[in-house]
Amino acid sequence: MTSPTAAIEDRGYAHPDVLVSTDWVAAHLTDPGVRIVESNEDQLLYPSGHIPGAVQVDWAADLNDQVRRDYLSKAGFEALMSRIGVTRDTTVVFYGDKNNWWATYAFWVFQLFGHTNAKVMDGGRLKWEQEGREMTREVPSYPATSYTAPERDDSTERIFRDEVLRYQAAGKQLVDVRSPGEFSGEVTHMAGYPQEGVLRGGHIPGAKSVPWSRAANTDDGTYKSADELRAIYEQEQGINGKDEVVTYCRIGERSSHTWFALKYLLGYPNVRNYDGSWTEWGNSVNVPVEK
Amino acid sequence: MTTIPAPLETVLADFDFVDRAERIELLIEAADRFEEVPPRIAERPFSEENHVQHCESEAYVWAEDNPDGTLKFFFAVENPQGISAKSWAVIMDETLSGQPLEQVAAVDAQTVFRIYGKDLSMGKGQGLTGMLSHVTHAARLRLDARRTASARS
Repeated sequence: MTSPTAAIEDRGYAHPDVLVSTDWVAAHLTDPGVRIVESNEDQLLYPSGHIPGAVQVDWAADLNDQVRRDYLSKAGFEALMSRIGVTRDTTVVFYGDKNNWWATYAFWVFQLFGHTNAKVMDGGRLKWEQEGREMTREVPSYPATSYTAPERDDSTERIFRDEVLRYQAAGKQLVDVRSPGEFSGEVTHMAGYPQEGVLRGGHIPGAKSVPWSRAANTDDGTYKSADELRAIYEQEQGINGKDEVVTYCRIGERSSHTWFALKYLLGYPNVRNYDGSWTEWGNSVNVPVEK
Repeated sequence: MTTIPAPLETVLADFDFVDRAERIELLIEAADRFEEVPPRIAERPFSEENHVQHCESEAYVWAEDNPDGTLKFFFAVENPQGISAKSWAVIMDETLSGQPLEQVAAVDAQTVFRIYGKDLSMGKGQGLTGMLSHVTHAARLRLDARRTASARS
């Protein structure tokens, strides 16, 4: 079995180039072709200290539509890219708190607009801090760019409830990445997140339960090797990497972490994230629920 | 008459009129003033009775009796990313230590949301209100002990 500390290129990933190490980021801090982006759940973390040169993209203020439950529009994405000084050629490297939940979520939203020149820093903010690397409170400013995005593509990486209903009825593959208690319906919210409760507990019938954290090494939050990931998703859970897979959680952030692992690290050709997730499904009338 | 402790009222007034960026700045300034519980009060491993449940920042709270009958509060935050917990520890120490116990015991959990704002909805609320509960509980215990003692005398 591969060591958890093995270099990214030695972990057998299908697309090792989308994951970069803290060393790689340290070596590219002043690379004009690279923009480092911190995305956190905790709004206090970035201003309290971040990787030198990193900008912040906040999931609530920047990525969410401020009225509807949806993501920013093409115009909003273009304005965001301009503000953080990113062109279509810029390599955007995401990192953040909570084992990169929000970093992979931001990465996923960027893919809706086709910004494929994107990477995630393995281990996230905690690993950078644990290694005693430089942090700063200086908020950088970059010249505004002119960025032209395509219309948001909601069909390739994203799936909506009605399609999930048909998808589920067809017996296709779903991965529920929430905690075992949320999956079983024992609890109707994640521990510590009581405001995001739902009316019904349980899971989408047929979904496999693989909590997101199983894809990560517990000591430093890095992703497990391809062999270890296959042992969990394929050998243990019987997921077939050739066919479609849909991941979901509570609002779509933890499932972005697993979506990233299945799509890029294992190279599954068709993985979509159901961002409506359990806060939509568990509050919906007349949808099938299994406990 | 029970009112909000005067220092807390001042802080709440400050936070009632800030925008998001100013709120973050105030909270980070507070976190920068954080001082961990001194060894004379507690040393690791900290006792489970001082541990705040459901707080992902791994916060601990202690209360020490002041000569004037009020309490001085001390905190530890074990998660290095627990900036919110550190800022809240500082605000509670600066606004509730040394204040009348009746007022401390009556501080409402909504105080947390007035200070941290609506963006707190994600996860932090439970941990921060848990820290407050330890503080108000300590004040209530002293008040109950006093009432028991005065009933006996």
